[in-house]
Amino acid sequence: MRGGWPDKLSPVDAVLWGFRLVVLVLVVWGTIGTVLAAKYSGEVWLDFLVFGLSQGSIYALIALGYTMVYGILRMINFAHGEVFMAGAYTAYFVADALARSGHLDRYPLPSLLLVLAVSMTTSTLVGVLLERVAYRPLRHAPRLVPLIAAIGASFFLQYAFRGLYGSGFKAYPEPDILKGVWTFAGVRILKTQAVVLVAAVIMMLGLYAFVMKTKTGTAMRAVAEDLEAAALMGINVDRIIVTTFAVGAAMAGAAGLLYALVFKQVHFFMGFVPGIKAFTAAVLGGIGNIPGAMLGGLFLGLVESVGPILFLDGLGIVAPYQLKDVIAFTMLVMVLIFRPSGLLGERLAVKKA
Amino acid sequence: MLTVSDLHVYYAEIHALKGISLEVAKGEIVALLGPNGAGKTTTVKSLSGLLHPRAGVIELEGESLLGLPPHAIVTRGVAHVPEGRRIFNRLTVLENLEMGAYIRSDAGIAQDLQRVFALFPRLEERQTQVAGTLSGGEQQMLAIGRALMARPRVLLLDEPSMGLAPVLVEQIFETIVDINRQGTTILLVEQNAAMALDIAHRGYVLETGIVVLAGTAAELVANADVRRAYLGE
Repeated sequence: MRGGWPDKLSPVDAVLWGFRLVVLVLVVWGTIGTVLAAKYSGEVWLDFLVFGLSQGSIYALIALGYTMVYGILRMINFAHGEVFMAGAYTAYFVADALARSGHLDRYPLPSLLLVLAVSMTTSTLVGVLLERVAYRPLRHAPRLVPLIAAIGASFFLQYAFRGLYGSGFKAYPEPDILKGVWTFAGVRILKTQAVVLVAAVIMMLGLYAFVMKTKTGTAMRAVAEDLEAAALMGINVDRIIVTTFAVGAAMAGAAGLLYALVFKQVHFFMGFVPGIKAFTAAVLGGIGNIPGAMLGGLFLGLVESVGPILFLDGLGIVAPYQLKDVIAFTMLVMVLIFRPSGLLGERLAVKKA
Repeated sequence: MLTVSDLHVYYAEIHALKGISLEVAKGEIVALLGPNGAGKTTTVKSLSGLLHPRAGVIELEGESLLGLPPHAIVTRGVAHVPEGRRIFNRLTVLENLEMGAYIRSDAGIAQDLQRVFALFPRLEERQTQVAGTLSGGEQQMLAIGRALMARPRVLLLDEPSMGLAPVLVEQIFETIVDINRQGTTILLVEQNAAMALDIAHRGYVLETGIVVLAGTAAELVANADVRRAYLGE
């Protein structure tokens, strides 16, 4: 952002400042209204908080794929939501078979791990294929071209799954051990949400360790910073790019299973909204920045969950929860306008080719 | 050791190198001189595989490097320190050096790390620091050290003196001589002809994509054209 005040306020600036002010006033007013009305108990707030965090951790897992690919190729892989869907959808068949045979309840942990493995493997395959078929041939094309290819690939995957498995919802089986609640120190938490949150956090820490501590992870960061210089180190850049797609897709596949555990259904179009939300989360955290994607995801989930009743209920809006997407996308627009580098931004000024 | 003959490189339709031939013998320092836009950087980029010549020969001890991707050329023993250093700003000094040794998994890496630290003690002091916070001179040391970590047989140096204070340039050039004495063959691209010819055994002068002069360093220093155009007389 430019330092100091502009000499003259242009009409665009005035509108933007007005927009900022309106949002701020609405948020403050709504929050005060909600707090004063004291309609919700502490337990309700806690429920929304935990739901927001578990939802946000799923966004964060998906957001990692957007941010890692962007970091290396400066390209938004808009088919990433479908990579997520492909994993969850394919794993559904395994989960369903395991539920029918009774294995899911008799051996819940191995069964869930198997379903997770199938989901991650499928997503990884789809992600790698996507890179090979749709993006690599366009590596040196103008930036708009791979973006269009991504949107095309996204439709292709959606309608391929629709063609193969129909357009209906399929109910994901719920293992018995994940039904019900746990109580910690008088606080009750839905088992599914706790498991989702813990699993997602473990996965994110694992990814972070991989990127920061291993040779391949360091090479990824090197390629992200300067592709040509990385090639001069003897790094096979193509292989690192495929690895990045694979790792990002595996995270999306894991997120797919967690999402299916929370919402208990799959559908050919299920990748679209979480995909866009995760993209929002990645932008929110500062696209290209891995901790940023994690933080952005958790933050978005939280605001989306707590925001409607905190900001909107106090304004007298009926059924504010219907407007959670409005909150998410208003945040996206605000970040793009006022702080395009995101929450964490770029840590160093870097020359971009 | 390194043989280039009749090399033609195009940028789209612009004929940047019009049949360059040069030779770097084992153990030599060879300087590549010439004004801006003569094709010096284009030449080294072709050698390291960043550019793809349309015609010509590039051979390392008889093996053709033409058409190989950059990572395959590093594996064959040619390391390139690019113009403008191009270190990884967001990686630490140590991570930068580890990336230099990316192609290797032998036990000699730790030993080479000590060798680089011996050449550039500043890097050892700053090994945990993020490379973007180094000074210009330290960044150039890191760029050279990083290339040495691949244990190259031939080192391509593109404008190592660029943007550095004279005192640092002198230091860097002394180190280049040390590296050469330790057995690495060097092709040195420089605008600073006086410094380059001071340490080089032989040199080539490029102008608009062709070699206009070649000879030993002493011959070039004595040449009236070189003195007028590059040594400021």
